[in-house]
Amino acid sequence: MSLSVDDVRHVARLARLALPDDEIEALAPQLSAILGYAEQVAEVAADDVEPTTHPFGLADVMRADQPRPSLSREAILAGAPVIDGVRQVDQDRFSVPRIVAEEG
Amino acid sequence: MAAAPITRLSAAELSRHLASGELSAREVIDAHLDRIAATDGIVADGDVWTGLHDAGEGSVHAFLSVTAAESRRQADEVDRQRSAGEDLGPLAGIPIALKDVLTTKGTATTCGSRMLEGWVPPYDATVVELVRNAGMVALGKTNMDEFAMGSSTENSAFSPTRNPWDLTRVPGGSSGGSAAAVAALQAPLSIGTDTGGSIRQPAALTGIVGAKPTYGTVSRRGLVAFASSLDQAGPFARTVEDAALLQRVLQRHDPRDSTSVPHADVDVVSGLRDGIDGLKVGVVTELQGEGFEAGVADVFAASLRRLEALGASLEEVSLPHAGYGLPAYYLIAPSECSSNLARFDGVRYGLRVDAPTAEEMNALTRAQGFGPEVRRRIMIGTHALSSGYYDAYYLQASKVRTLIAADFAAAFANVDVLVSPTSPTVAFELGSKTGDPLAMYLNDIATVPASLAGIPALSVPAGLAAPDGGDVQLPVGLQIMAPLLDDAVMYRAAWAFEQDLRFDASPTGRCAVEVDR
Repeated sequence: MSLSVDDVRHVARLARLALPDDEIEALAPQLSAILGYAEQVAEVAADDVEPTTHPFGLADVMRADQPRPSLSREAILAGAPVIDGVRQVDQDRFSVPRIVAEEG
Repeated sequence: MAAAPITRLSAAELSRHLASGELSAREVIDAHLDRIAATDGIVADGDVWTGLHDAGEGSVHAFLSVTAAESRRQADEVDRQRSAGEDLGPLAGIPIALKDVLTTKGTATTCGSRMLEGWVPPYDATVVELVRNAGMVALGKTNMDEFAMGSSTENSAFSPTRNPWDLTRVPGGSSGGSAAAVAALQAPLSIGTDTGGSIRQPAALTGIVGAKPTYGTVSRRGLVAFASSLDQAGPFARTVEDAALLQRVLQRHDPRDSTSVPHADVDVVSGLRDGIDGLKVGVVTELQGEGFEAGVADVFAASLRRLEALGASLEEVSLPHAGYGLPAYYLIAPSECSSNLARFDGVRYGLRVDAPTAEEMNALTRAQGFGPEVRRRIMIGTHALSSGYYDAYYLQASKVRTLIAADFAAAFANVDVLVSPTSPTVAFELGSKTGDPLAMYLNDIATVPASLAGIPALSVPAGLAAPDGGDVQLPVGLQIMAPLLDDAVMYRAAWAFEQDLRFDASPTGRCAVEVDR
């Protein structure tokens, strides 16, 4: 299939990638070529074939429902992103920019 | 003192010298640290040597960081345990290099990406725990294509690794740093990860042994995920025996990895020397011919004659769906990549680019943190998984995967192992394929089918050949594939082949990197 520049812009939004216009334009023919190659899989008649995602068919692996120690809060928060020398942690939580707009 | 320079010895030889007291673990570590400093262009400064920034055209640049002080401390500890008469495993005190996609507690793990520059994991990957429990001493973390996406190590955000056989050429990828470290005698052993060939192809291009174990037998916990249904860690070494010794340590069931199989404990060591008289070897029709360089084809033909001379019987075997392996792979791997790499959103670790809203922060962080190839694969995968396309792309590719696995199962009903060239080309020049993603992807044509089927496969040095249109002699690898969980038979075949060929796996004399420091 052939992807238009608008298609690529839509996919970039879905992927949360703020790509500049020149990269969007360069990606349209590249992605079209790669997908065009990959679309050969459609030649295979496979309607009645089960898909494989694990060579041994392992699925829904459970462990005993017992509490066990995990990494400490401090160890996890120590990896938080740093902006201008300030680790983005507040009140023992990761701090992030506003997600929900203020009611107005 | 051992007769040969310490860095030329195999892990098995080092193990004997350590056990006899002829060498101390500290001497062994120091020799390898010196070798890294001399050949990687790292200025040894302080406790942790940062090799993130390439030292230039005369260096291999296999390492992104070297934990010199900690490595020496661990070596001293092994020497202390040995002198106290403690019972040590065969690999205690042996240096090892770790691909920078494996988490290491207290040591930076970048995955070759700006996204994780400076991030220090709070835990060791299970394979790192296993290596440490065996007494091995980590030297540091090795360079790689960003998040393991690539076939040349040119996609590293921290400059490419160069092939020790010819510093103008790539070492293959994505585990190019781990392969080059072993080929350049910086370490006798290293760990890489293989999703579509990322251990086998660099092993072939650098003239060493590299193995992808059966999927599910080596824990993925702490292996930063690229394509979860394919990713598998495995060994690099200069001898088949060394690779087997390391793989023996890695294959363990891990209840903390939900894809780990219960019967993971495979013994690839005991039967290593049993020979291949009467072994049935299948030659895969679809993994040769068009697209394979003439020199590679010649070495492969000679390898088949050698196997026959060793008592193996050859037969041509067809894997009818193998040709669909690469197209299926380039839907499955990017799809899983786009899902896995969604976790890099600027919130919990790594880079954050400040912005007024969370969505802008996510999108700006991801655009700046990921390099061009990672962005491209996320785009392919996001499109392939988007509404209306899933059935035609990921689902159809997963069905093709079933058919490829069935092709292998049918073939293994008649033969013990399958063989092909590991890579269609010898090591190519830096920059020669970076402008054409599809051309780069085609380098994985022979390795991807085994990845999709989950079967074990390794690459063993098969000889030297010139590239098409060139005259420099470069390594060629023989790929040996085996049935699920029968990793042992491919090691047995590789060992017999290696003993007969007597390939000199160190690029001495043909390499710009001098062996003796």
